[in-house]
Amino acid sequence: MARAVSTQHKTIATAAAWIVALLVFFPILYTVITSFKSEQEAIQGFNLLPSGTMESYSQVEAQNGYFKFFLNSVFLAVGSTILALLVAIPAAWSMAFSPGKWTKDILMWMLSTKMMPAVAVLFPIYLIFRDTGLLDSRIGLMIMLMLINLPIVVWMLYTYFREIPGEILEAARMDGASLWKEIVYVLTPMAVPGIASTMLLNIILAWNEAFWTIRLTTTEAAPLTAFISSFSSPQGLFWAKLSAASTLAIAPILIMGWFSQKQLVRGLTFGAVK
Amino acid sequence: MKLCTLTLGLLSASILAFAAHAESITIATVNNGDMVRMQKLTDDFTAKNPDIQLQWVTLEENVLRERVTTDIATKGGQYDVMTIGTYEVPIWAKQSWLLPLDKLGDDYDVKDIIPAIAGGLSVDGTLYAAPFYGESSFVMYRKDLMEKAGLTMPDAPTWDFIKQAADKMTDRANGVNGVCLRGKAGWGENMAFLTAMSNSFGARWFDENWKPQFDQPEWKNTLQFYVDLMKANGPEGASSNGFNENLALFQQGKCGMWIDATVAASFVSDPKNSTVADKVGYALAPDNGLGKRGNWLWAWSLAIPAGTQKADSAQKFVSWATSKAYAELVASKEGWANVPPGTRSSLYANPEYQKAAPFAKMTLDSINAADPTHPTVKPVPYVGVQFVAIPEFQGLGTTVGQLFSAALAGQTSVDDALKQAQDAATATMTEGGYIQ
Repeated sequence: MARAVSTQHKTIATAAAWIVALLVFFPILYTVITSFKSEQEAIQGFNLLPSGTMESYSQVEAQNGYFKFFLNSVFLAVGSTILALLVAIPAAWSMAFSPGKWTKDILMWMLSTKMMPAVAVLFPIYLIFRDTGLLDSRIGLMIMLMLINLPIVVWMLYTYFREIPGEILEAARMDGASLWKEIVYVLTPMAVPGIASTMLLNIILAWNEAFWTIRLTTTEAAPLTAFISSFSSPQGLFWAKLSAASTLAIAPILIMGWFSQKQLVRGLTFGAVK
Repeated sequence: MKLCTLTLGLLSASILAFAAHAESITIATVNNGDMVRMQKLTDDFTAKNPDIQLQWVTLEENVLRERVTTDIATKGGQYDVMTIGTYEVPIWAKQSWLLPLDKLGDDYDVKDIIPAIAGGLSVDGTLYAAPFYGESSFVMYRKDLMEKAGLTMPDAPTWDFIKQAADKMTDRANGVNGVCLRGKAGWGENMAFLTAMSNSFGARWFDENWKPQFDQPEWKNTLQFYVDLMKANGPEGASSNGFNENLALFQQGKCGMWIDATVAASFVSDPKNSTVADKVGYALAPDNGLGKRGNWLWAWSLAIPAGTQKADSAQKFVSWATSKAYAELVASKEGWANVPPGTRSSLYANPEYQKAAPFAKMTLDSINAADPTHPTVKPVPYVGVQFVAIPEFQGLGTTVGQLFSAALAGQTSVDDALKQAQDAATATMTEGGYIQ
């Protein structure tokens, strides 16, 4: 009897999980469906059966050229993530293994910068970029993306590092390991799942970032967010083309997320149950 | 072998020298049919100007507005040519953010630009932006439904006639709404329509002392008429409909009348996308017998920011893109019906264009009927027909638009919406120093 109840619960839980997953995924699914409609079909209201035309894709490619924007997105997402990890690993190490009096406050302060609306600092940042010649440059935007995601990266790594027993590092020190060796040969291998999931999450965040990537670029450094933005039209139907552009823009990151979902989930729930 | 190497070397050097010499200009623009077409036709420009390369940045309208404002205010120099509207030109020109267009070439023929449009893009007689396409608004109606209703649309209808026709044409059982009008909130959406409409009711945003006028009977008459008309004859969910939504409804045969931008005429009469292409008639925007019609004036225009280092090349491009020769180029490649409308008088005098665009005369008459310097019946301290050319208007216009959209949706009463609009406008104008 107890077994029957458990099966029933399991079925309900599975069904609930599917419904929630479908609800969360539905906007993306509908974007993909809309991209295979004509402009007239797209604006006619809710319809899950597209005519299957590829017209929007060919127009989108002919109009703006996808590949240049795609390469910029890859460069910015990967580059900013590597930069962020280079800064965040030592920072998180020091906060986790040799905390000071102000460590908690510093962590909170770092996180609080994420609460500030980005537009509040648009002008100062724009002026700095203008004066340093970084407007519309990949390097400038890479640094910007690294900076805005840094608090999250430091926090995540700090949480993972805290799970690693300090005694192991002490043992390494007893064996004569230098600080550098301790981080590279002892800490990093143990924190690989955490670092990997932080890296994946940061790539996703950088890929999707649409405020700075649109406002600090024009032609050379513009990534896929700018590509999508170019298909909204003040006068003329554009839903199908916009959906095709969005599908092309999210496809790479969706595929990456699909293949790395185990690592992502593992990393995100790391330390949740002790 | 040596000769071959030498030749190759010289060739490379000359290519490099050419590349170094070629100047690249960046053009910021919005995504609409005419602009996309221009991007396809730029080979003509680069063939005539081999030393200038063109780079395009296409952005969503509001993002574009924000991006170019940031760049121009900080003199960032990211753009050499920017697409802006009649709202921005007078404000930016007064702040010396735009270069005067005084080197458009001898054969440019500035006087050919339609006077109402040129006036909206000039400050103290100097042209600061060249119109790429211009528009007013007018009535598009279904000739078959009008006939069925036993009515004849006059060339210059009144609002009472529009109401009478809408009442008769509405057949909700068959999915026909008598009239489709903008309801989506935004200074460039419902407020463009409602401000233009209010002019024909004798309303104004501000009196000569910048005091908001939403507490006056003219505004009450405007908004009450609009809400009643739409409740009785408008489509479901009209408070979410902007230009594109109404365009789709009209093309699908779901609207008896649609009062909107003249540029829509080329969409609704296009048999590829419109099911009612051969049944559309056109009339001037309605009036109330007060001497002003409810039509607006807008032009997407090309301007050159003061921060550019490439002013001469930029002027060459602006001159090419807004010239008579460009109209002929479009006509030769894609037909006269696809020539950007509403900028040059010569286009409307062209018999081939008149033949290809049955709405040509009505478009020109509508544009000529708008006067940005005297938009409404009573005197006003501002310029602009469907907007008020002050920096505060974007925010205020959208706030008021949200209130009026809520009144249309039935979330608030007309009186409440007007009272809140009056309060919001008073606060904004006091804060801005207009009211002491």
